[in-house]
Amino acid sequence: MTDSHELIRLSAAQLAEKLAAGEVTSVEATQAYLDRIAEVDGGERGVNAFLHVNAEEALAVAAEVDAIRAAGGSEAESLHVLAGVPIAVKDLIVTVGQPTTAGSKILEGWHSPYDATVVERLRAAKMPILGKTNLDEFAMGSSTEHSAYGPTRNPWDLDRIPGGSGGGSAAAVAAFEAPLALGTDTGGSIRQPGAVTGTVGVKPTYGSVSRYGAIAMASSLDQIGPVTRTVLDSALLHQVIGGHDPRDSTSLPDLLADLVAAAKTGNVEGMRIGIIKELHGEGYQAGVENRFHDSLELLKEAGAEIVEVSCPNFQYALGAYYLIMPSEASSNLAKFDGVRYGLRVLPEDGPMTIERVMGATRAAGFGDEVKRRIILGTYALSAGYYDAYYGSAQKVRTLVQRDFDAAFTVADVLISPTAPTTAFKLGEKLDDPLAMYLNDVATIPANLAGVPGLSLPGGLADEDGLPVGIQLLAPAREDARLYRVGAVLESLLEAKWGGPLLAQAPELAGSPALETQEAN
Amino acid sequence: MAAINRDDVAHLARLAHIEMSDQELDRMAGELAVIVDSVKSVSQAAGDDVPATSHPIPLTNVFREDVVGHTFTADQALSGAPDSDENRFKVPAILDEA
Amino acid sequence: MNTEAILSFEEAMEKYDPVLGFEVHVELNTKTKMFSSAPNVFGDEPNTNVNEVDLGMPGVLPVVNKTAVESSIKIGLALNCKIAESCRFARKNYFYPDTPKNFQTSQYDEPIAYDGYLDVELSDGTVFRVEIERAHMEEDAGKLTHMGGATGRIHGADFSLVDYNRAGVPLVEIVTKPIEGAGSRAPELAKAYVAAVREIVKNLGVSDARMERGNVRCDANVSLRPHGRERFGIRSETKNVNSLRAVEHAVRYEIQRHAAVLDAGNPVVQETRHWHEDTRTTTSGRPKSDADDYRYFPEPDLVPVVASREWVEELRATLPEPPAARRKRLQADWGYSDLEFRDVVNAGVMDEIEETIAAGASASVARKWWMGEIVGRAKNADVDPGQLGVQPATIVELARMVEEGRINNKMATEVLDGVLAGEGTPADIVEKRGLAVVSDDGPLLEAIDAALAAQPGVADKIRGGKVQAVGAIVGGVMKATRGQADAGRVKELILEKLGVTA
Repeated sequence: MTDSHELIRLSAAQLAEKLAAGEVTSVEATQAYLDRIAEVDGGERGVNAFLHVNAEEALAVAAEVDAIRAAGGSEAESLHVLAGVPIAVKDLIVTVGQPTTAGSKILEGWHSPYDATVVERLRAAKMPILGKTNLDEFAMGSSTEHSAYGPTRNPWDLDRIPGGSGGGSAAAVAAFEAPLALGTDTGGSIRQPGAVTGTVGVKPTYGSVSRYGAIAMASSLDQIGPVTRTVLDSALLHQVIGGHDPRDSTSLPDLLADLVAAAKTGNVEGMRIGIIKELHGEGYQAGVENRFHDSLELLKEAGAEIVEVSCPNFQYALGAYYLIMPSEASSNLAKFDGVRYGLRVLPEDGPMTIERVMGATRAAGFGDEVKRRIILGTYALSAGYYDAYYGSAQKVRTLVQRDFDAAFTVADVLISPTAPTTAFKLGEKLDDPLAMYLNDVATIPANLAGVPGLSLPGGLADEDGLPVGIQLLAPAREDARLYRVGAVLESLLEAKWGGPLLAQAPELAGSPALETQEAN
Repeated sequence: MAAINRDDVAHLARLAHIEMSDQELDRMAGELAVIVDSVKSVSQAAGDDVPATSHPIPLTNVFREDVVGHTFTADQALSGAPDSDENRFKVPAILDEA
Repeated sequence: MNTEAILSFEEAMEKYDPVLGFEVHVELNTKTKMFSSAPNVFGDEPNTNVNEVDLGMPGVLPVVNKTAVESSIKIGLALNCKIAESCRFARKNYFYPDTPKNFQTSQYDEPIAYDGYLDVELSDGTVFRVEIERAHMEEDAGKLTHMGGATGRIHGADFSLVDYNRAGVPLVEIVTKPIEGAGSRAPELAKAYVAAVREIVKNLGVSDARMERGNVRCDANVSLRPHGRERFGIRSETKNVNSLRAVEHAVRYEIQRHAAVLDAGNPVVQETRHWHEDTRTTTSGRPKSDADDYRYFPEPDLVPVVASREWVEELRATLPEPPAARRKRLQADWGYSDLEFRDVVNAGVMDEIEETIAAGASASVARKWWMGEIVGRAKNADVDPGQLGVQPATIVELARMVEEGRINNKMATEVLDGVLAGEGTPADIVEKRGLAVVSDDGPLLEAIDAALAAQPGVADKIRGGKVQAVGAIVGGVMKATRGQADAGRVKELILEKLGVTA
């Protein structure tokens, strides 16, 4: 028996080992996480990472795994390595038996009649699902402040944002409310929250993880990926959720590489690691820049060759993203109209036509940022503007891809800070959409080109003591390289810090009297 | 490119089926103008010879065989419906026709 | 509903030259839908042929039905189109409750087939070439039923009910180029074109092609211009004209209506019109407006369809005999004259005759029954002949009974009516009604004698070699026997008695 304080701080890989060895049961681990959620998530100063807690089902799955292990035999032997390891799921991903809100009022109380492919895979691996995590409404934001169910707080400083849109998943992992979580990344929604919460997040190669059941924001940019505390944990989870899915036409037919092996046999000797000239320096916080250079030094010492590459078209990436993303989103979100599911709001006066009911429903059901993006996307696609906006943005995509292609001829992996700043204060950028959008400047190019990216903790900024993220980028289909390099850099950094960065995070004052806050 | 004004936003809101108050339209027009201004460099970035990329990783001919799969019962189909009648989704009168 | 002014068709034709255009939607008869594995079946309980994809649930993604793509390529080939080496789907964005995603996944600037033509044969044998602009793939919408109010129509309804069973059914939309030069035959051409498209997709086996079920639906564009002017006039688009006769009537009506508008010096409004079968008129839908900004963009959830030369040729090799070639072959096989065969085609009973012959009837018997009996009954009932429900086996049985002398032709038509009235098989009806040809010649000879005596002049004519005059005597005998006699046998006996050989 491990005490629960220790238990919840184990990495997923460590917990999996203890479960396999019979040193701890899945029910104990799952209960410890549920207790932690009850302790730190709710209340006025709670983390608010969870929108829904799925205690009963999670414990049932845990008990099933424990029973299989206890019975031994072939069924026990064929259990997945992560069987019994609990996980949290971003509330953009549909789940049978739990509500899915996408962080929006328009889906309040909606229960999906089907599971996302990744959720089916979690269930097949017998991983207890702890619950659904908070996000910016429909994943539109970089701070989780655009959730209709209140912001998530950063466990490093409860007055700061945990990043977004997947702030709930990152904060849950950072606050030891879950060992693992799923996120989605359209322009940085896994990596940027990872950076500002001192956790690891991976956006896989586009098409390598099925999008079936992830509520679409921008179909050509969205990817589901792991949110964890270690690089190896991300590889383990990536291996569970990745691989071809016939229900997603953009799913790659490729076999998934052995990512876990890559994370375990990390080596950077002789590797060429490229610094992207356009993705650091001006506009980046000094503390971020310093930690970035620390990582470069460590990699160099470990035998990597550091080269500089230029990606001149990245200057257009943010603009192209803010045309493509809202365009696709405006169409993807049209289905929320009060006819088949979700909220229906009747107009207050005037004739009761379906047109007006749709208008009133969408007016009441969507928040400001969602409306802003729908209107922007409607504009970019509308007659007379398509070529100048959507068409041009798709061309910029080609240019960004060419920049990556050129860069990867001289570098095996590219490196940059994940986000230009550390976590900002809640409310600080809420009224300035453009400032908010700039958070994604370093993460967006990977989505436009479909290449994989990983963010890992690079230390704390000198000026504010908050986590800084380091981003690694690899060519499409070469996700394994991220794990190889990421694992090395992680171990070098942890050796320097004398342990995981999260060990330096402040203890959260529990408020055990408060019940877990639920949105539904 | 033309600046975005309040009438434009009203038109877009109609297309997008989102009711907006006058106040909202004014605010949105201001915000959109700023955003549109910030992304306008995109239209000058690429020449005519640059092809558009709609998918980051190109695939072709992804098909499904014509084999019947699962279906819902009417109850399942209607389980989340705001209103229904006779196993069908019920909506208020439609005056405008598509 | 206001009645709009119209000009007579003749006057309209004197003053104006019509230009037509058609968008024909063909529902494919694949087992599953265009983008989901839910069944494509007509007529089931509402909202049971659906899954999460068809309902546009959050998180769903489409996957293209391979058979639907192959059917579309076959249609393209049969319409003499080029098949695109690579084409994509696009989203057509508009809000309507029968459209579950509030966009239709369709093809926009990259149709799978383009630049084709179809040779359409008019009733007098004239062949008119209709140029095909494109044929593209898309998905059908759900079905709306307007409830409350008096008419069941959209105006005045209190609420509507939506069934998404049809949502996602694969469609191929066939779009013509502007059709010029049809002149006063425009309404006839309209009907013949839609009939030809229907025949082609049915022949390919890619659609059930039943217009009454909406398998084939037509939007008809009509515009007029003064004779001699090249520039097209403003067009109206009459939606969902869903029977062959309605296509003809709708085009004729729109020509007459446009002509009246133009004559009054007014501009034609570019708009959608709705066809009303009951009044055989159209009424105004809504004018084209900013709501028609469909914001098309490439469907990001689907990847391009690339039709390799090998694939296209493989499909081409599976195409059945084209309908025009089939007609030539059938006419030769059946030995019908050009006129006889054209009548059969125009009456729309060629397939039925083919089936009847296949069931064992001779070509002349099949034609006699379909053209002589069933077409007329269908006209009276105001339905297509095929819809009367006459089975080929019924005709074969009736013909056999007549041939065997068990009943005569007059009785046989009576039996047919009985069959159509649902009274049972021909044998049942013959028995129930006690129909049988009087086979004992004794009473017949008596009746013949009486008839000859009553018309001595006619008897002389027959003796003198005017054999066709025998009909008058046969008629007298039939009258006397109340139709129970076998007319053939009566004729034989009369001629025998008068010593004349037929």
